Amino acid sequence: MIRSLILSTATRILLPLLLLYSIFLLLRGHSEPGGGFVGGLVAATGFALYALAYGVSATRHKMHVDPRVLVAWGLVTAIGSGCISLFAGRPFLTGLWAGDRLPIVGSLGTPLLFDTGVYMTVAGMALLIVFSLMEE
Amino acid sequence: MLIALIIAFLAALAAPWVHRFLPRNSGGLLAIFPSALFCYFALNITSIAGGERLFTTYPWFPSLGINLSLYLDGLSLLFSLLILGTGVLVLIYSSGYLEGNDHLGRFYAFMLLFMSSMLGLVLADNMITLFVFWELTSLSSYLLIGFDYKRETARKAALQALLVTGAGGLALLVGFLLLGHVGGSLEISELLNRGDVIRAHGLYLPILLLVLAGAFTKSAQFPFHFWLPSAMEAPTPVSAYLHSATMVKAGVYLLARFTPILGGTDAWHYILTAFGAATMLIGAIMAVTQTDLKRLLAYTTVSSLGTLVLLLGLGTTQAAEAAIVYLIVHALYKGSLFLVAGVVDHTTGTRNITELSGLLRLMPAVAAAAVLAALSMAGLPPMLGYLGKELLYEAKLQAPQAAALITGAGLLANIIMVTAAGIFAINPFFGKSPAMPENHHPPPPSLWLCPLILATLGLVLGLFPGVVGRLLVAPAVNALLAESTVIDLGLWHGLNPVLVLSMVTYGAGAALYAGRKKLYLVAARIRWVAAWGPARWYDLVIDGTARLANLQTRFLQSGYLRYYLMTVLGTAFLLVSFSMSSKTGFRWGGGQPEALFHEWVIAVLILAAAFFAATSQSRLATVAALGVVGYGLALIYIFFGAPDLAMTQFCVETLSIILFVLVLYRLPRFSLRSGRRARLRDAVIALGNGGVMTALVLTATSEPVQSRISSFFAENALTQAHGRNVVNVILVDFRALDTLAEITVLAVASLGVYALLRARDKKDR
Repeated sequence: MIRSLILSTATRILLPLLLLYSIFLLLRGHSEPGGGFVGGLVAATGFALYALAYGVSATRHKMHVDPRVLVAWGLVTAIGSGCISLFAGRPFLTGLWAGDRLPIVGSLGTPLLFDTGVYMTVAGMALLIVFSLMEE
Repeated sequence: MLIALIIAFLAALAAPWVHRFLPRNSGGLLAIFPSALFCYFALNITSIAGGERLFTTYPWFPSLGINLSLYLDGLSLLFSLLILGTGVLVLIYSSGYLEGNDHLGRFYAFMLLFMSSMLGLVLADNMITLFVFWELTSLSSYLLIGFDYKRETARKAALQALLVTGAGGLALLVGFLLLGHVGGSLEISELLNRGDVIRAHGLYLPILLLVLAGAFTKSAQFPFHFWLPSAMEAPTPVSAYLHSATMVKAGVYLLARFTPILGGTDAWHYILTAFGAATMLIGAIMAVTQTDLKRLLAYTTVSSLGTLVLLLGLGTTQAAEAAIVYLIVHALYKGSLFLVAGVVDHTTGTRNITELSGLLRLMPAVAAAAVLAALSMAGLPPMLGYLGKELLYEAKLQAPQAAALITGAGLLANIIMVTAAGIFAINPFFGKSPAMPENHHPPPPSLWLCPLILATLGLVLGLFPGVVGRLLVAPAVNALLAESTVIDLGLWHGLNPVLVLSMVTYGAGAALYAGRKKLYLVAARIRWVAAWGPARWYDLVIDGTARLANLQTRFLQSGYLRYYLMTVLGTAFLLVSFSMSSKTGFRWGGGQPEALFHEWVIAVLILAAAFFAATSQSRLATVAALGVVGYGLALIYIFFGAPDLAMTQFCVETLSIILFVLVLYRLPRFSLRSGRRARLRDAVIALGNGGVMTALVLTATSEPVQSRISSFFAENALTQAHGRNVVNVILVDFRALDTLAEITVLAVASLGVYALLRARDKKDR
């Protein structure tokens, strides 16, 4: 935790922007540069910055979810997205698409869900390590 | 049938929740599942006895011939009924026995898991399916023996049982695969018709030995019998259910099932007879020297299992009949006796025979169950056990070879059984009453009713031998021999040698019971023989393995990061340079590198930062310099059209600098520890790696790439995967399975870091 007025003020503005940007990266990833991996890293960077400014416990409170749980749900989401195609009688992890093209996102489908799982796992993984080291 | 099996497994899954919401009645509620299944199978009794067979197949890996196929005939029906019937009683019994245990829900789940696996095992038609269920029973047995996981002996016994039966299971798998190869099918029902081909094949003996290894370990045959007495560490309902009535019979079931396929040869006959007889005798002799009720029962179980294997080895019709009847008899009385032992232990707190006496007044119903079951065990009329013993003698007298020897061994074992039955029924319950503590209470109905039901069944079935013979025994024997036989069971066979043998058995058994005090003395004197038994060898092997692992770990795992790095880099250097020099050699496309001015700047910057990082005396400066290298690379990615990579690189660099700082913050001040030679060595390794990688990249780019993969991805990304970002499409669609594995690795790695840091925290405290 670093006591600096500039850092803490900037962080308060930067965190939502970074999170918004990370989700933007996740959603556009299928057609433009971006994706779940880098999105997750950006989100993790945002919270890591917050942790530097305000400490780990404040960040945990802000996050509402434990990084461990985030990792677990990320894996579950990724695996679950792959199982959807099983119900359609197709092999595991076959991409299924629904509906017309939407702005930014492109079309909705199981790969996006899969990418969301990647996003959660990566963010949780990075934060789990950062928090563990900072709390020591 | 498949649905029945699925319901059983679902019940196992649901057990913890049922217990959480209805902790008082969960045992009874969960017992509804096996009861319903029992009724389902019981309804099939008459049709199966009429010669019908039930098949269900669900394709699993059809290309490999592996199916989830189930098969119900007389043999599997008999086993299913035993498994489910005893299962119901044991579940209800457990609710009383383990009342108030914190993990009761988990216990029910394990029990039901075992029950379902065992059911699957006896119903399976496909050998791979059978193997899966076989292993599941070993696994659930492990969980149940180690249920009281806080005691070291329980954990050790659980591991022992798992290792012994697991090793046998692996042998069994190989045997099955060979059998499938030779027989041309993995379905047992198809192999039944090809027994001649298989028996004549050159691989017959290996197959037989492997299958027998599986069956013998599971059914605790000598010399693998030692895990069964150790398994008595399990809660008593588990011992009653797994280690007497059902699981240990899995090996016997396997032998019975494969008799038409593998049986009838000399090898089969001699091996089974010899091991069966040895197990029968050793089990019986060990049994009478035990003073612990449960261990006494465990060794008599070993003896009975030996008898069953012996009977299957004989291979005659009488022997098959005797085996099936004895199987039912044994399941009923031994289950009941175990449950009785559990009640005694539960109420008095001891299982030592020399300390127990006069419990009759405290628990008359339990005593009645014990006496009934013991009568069946001793083989007195009109119990079903009498029938079993008569058939046993008959089969042994008519053994094709060495009938006198086998009968003699059987006589000895049976005499000891009578003695053991006497010890069990008389010592704890009769004699002078102990001084009971004031607050003792008689056992609840769930505890005494279940053993009583089992014991009474032994009496009732004994009274109606005709019905039992027609509906249960005959279909099972027919399945075992794969031919039709007529079974006529009756209590009275007239005056014949068998009756004489029975009389001798009772007399000698009673005499031995009277002289049991001397027996304990003799046992104490020969204890050193047992100390060199197979259990000792098992310990030696396990300790040896642990020592070897220790030695190897100390050799390979130095614990110094620099040595690990050196190993990794050195190996990479050797492998890459070897394969490059042997395959293509170094090639350079030649020509002047075409680079713009700003690209030169970045390259120089990266080189300078790298050099600085290697020589700097300050840690923070080194980290910052590494950051410069990373950002420089990211810039190169951008210039050469890989924005995805660049973005990721930026984020990774940022995060790793944060991590570095967090770690370095804790470290002591930097000091130059390594000497000149060590640094020279490091430099050689580093430069060697860098040089090889440079050469590799130059060689790889010297020729135009002719890859159809990248063009395939580029062409199909939009049309098939709805995405224009090819990198991302590959990650989440074309190669999603790889990504899934990668994020799994990430998750595991992060948990590892977390666990390591937490473990250190705990040690500090």
